[in-house]
Amino acid sequence: MLEVEAIEAGYGPVRVLRGLGFSVGIGEILCLTGRNGAGKTTALRAVMGLLPLTAGQVRLGGTVVSGLPAHRVPRLGLGYVPQGRRLFGPMTVAENLEIGLQARGGRPPRGRQGALAHALARFPRLRERLGQRADTLSGGEQQMLAIARALCLEPRVLLLDEPTEGLQPSMIAAIRDVVKGLKDEGVAVVLVEQRIEAILSVADRVAFVEGGRVRETVAAAALGADPALLAARLGV
Amino acid sequence: MQFGPHLVLALIEGAVLSAVLALMASGLSLVFGVMRVVNVAHGEFFMLGAVTAWFVAAGTGGGPAIAFAAALVVAPLAVGTLAALADGLVLKRIAYDPERTIVATIGLLYILQQATLMTFGPAARPVEPPFNRRIALPWIGQTDEGWGLIWPWGLSVTTYKLFVIAAAVVVLVLLRRGLGRTRAGLLMRATQIDRETALAFGIPVGRVYALTFGLGAGLAALAGVLVVPLQQAHYLMGGDALLLSFITVIIGGLGSLGGTLAAAVLIGMSEGIISVFFSPTLAKIAATLLVAFVLVFRPQGLSGGPPR
Ligand SMILES: Nc1ncnc2c1ncn2[C@@H]1O[C@H](COP(=O)(O)OP(=O)(O)OP(=O)(O)O)[C@@H](O)[C@H]1O
Ligand SMILES: [Mg+2]
Repeated sequence: MLEVEAIEAGYGPVRVLRGLGFSVGIGEILCLTGRNGAGKTTALRAVMGLLPLTAGQVRLGGTVVSGLPAHRVPRLGLGYVPQGRRLFGPMTVAENLEIGLQARGGRPPRGRQGALAHALARFPRLRERLGQRADTLSGGEQQMLAIARALCLEPRVLLLDEPTEGLQPSMIAAIRDVVKGLKDEGVAVVLVEQRIEAILSVADRVAFVEGGRVRETVAAAALGADPALLAARLGV
Repeated sequence: MQFGPHLVLALIEGAVLSAVLALMASGLSLVFGVMRVVNVAHGEFFMLGAVTAWFVAAGTGGGPAIAFAAALVVAPLAVGTLAALADGLVLKRIAYDPERTIVATIGLLYILQQATLMTFGPAARPVEPPFNRRIALPWIGQTDEGWGLIWPWGLSVTTYKLFVIAAAVVVLVLLRRGLGRTRAGLLMRATQIDRETALAFGIPVGRVYALTFGLGAGLAALAGVLVVPLQQAHYLMGGDALLLSFITVIIGGLGSLGGTLAAAVLIGMSEGIISVFFSPTLAKIAATLLVAFVLVFRPQGLSGGPPR
């Protein structure tokens, strides 16, 4: 569904991504992991078109999306949950969801109301808080809203950047369930995580990012079966 | 004239000034808030509104009312379109870099000013108000039968001044509602809060910027049209207007519309009162001192949040 091929990008003269590539299929969950500063966030921003590529290509369902103006990328069905949530804080919960809804661009099968209802069905707590300012939600609720906002555009591919950062275990479990539910609906999911133990049970494959490249991709089942293997990969 | 009626006259002048200032400053504030652009050419859009009003009025037959109504519609649209073009031709090319946009809008200021001098000329030209009836106002004072209503000579307001105040109130209410309740307003607010996340949700930030810059300039032009029957169109009239708008926006808190409106009333009223009782120069000094105090003691403005 999403194919990222040897992309290179950076900030000014600093090259961060040096030929990074991965792919994720329909109903598959790929976990990207790696140390702080490895380039995981930069990779997701580059896929979203927020950072120009100096080499490589990004394809979504066979269509080349790299090089498109950034605002056209989400309309093709690419949902994004940025690191640190990046909610529109002074806006209400409903308005944040509206931003997600308007990004659908009339593409998907469910109508506006259907998409909203579907996203809210996963996060019933948000339904009670539609009129509340987003920056007054609790940390967990903010993360739910960040995910619900991206789900409102009914993505074919969902990119999540450290969605469990700073959350308690029960909240992490809830997010894991949501991701599992998306997989069952056929959404392709790219999940950036530092501590992958918590989400290893839902992941299909794990890609280890180092120095702006994917050094190795391993089946999650193999890592789960052998903790020593995981410890060796993480270099601890 | 007694102190009381004199004060009423000063308050009316202050209210008219507040209304014009509120329109202009909210345009400046909107552009700064959404685009982070300090638009030094904002005063020239005000001037262009007034000058365009003169051209439209001169070219329209059918009496002052029709001519003025035409100017009220045409001038903000024309100036707003010009500004949206300038956004694409100039500001977009320099990637909205904060320092370079200041220099670029200074350049725009001189281009617009000199182009006006070459076409409109150096003279100040009036536009006839669409209506200008004088309404005498009552005051309470000693009459033959004790206290009662009296009609002091000179205590009056023109219907046109009342219209200016009403028009500004209506436009500003519409602006607030538009920002709060329409889809375009939602996209503008999202862009203001977080440009990159707005892009990641398919918001065409480039088009939002053009719309915002055009809307900001259109508000300044509208203020110019409203002012021209009171003070004539002149190619240098943008300078004072820009200074007062900046003062208003800084006192109100950069990018905050509510704060800008409150500051416009504060500045407009004090300017009106000080001008009537003392002198216009003193009024300018007072406004500048006020902004200095705000910058020292409350740099985020009256209603702004902590500096970002
Ligand atoms: N806006 C920026 N300007 C300059 N350099 C940047 C910028 N953003 C990130 N970098 C640099 O790019 C490199 C990769 O950063 P990135 O945020 O992609 O890492 P990451 O893998 O997501 O790390 P983390 O796990 O801490 O989120 C870092 O060295 C960082 O300093
Ligand atoms: Mg990161």
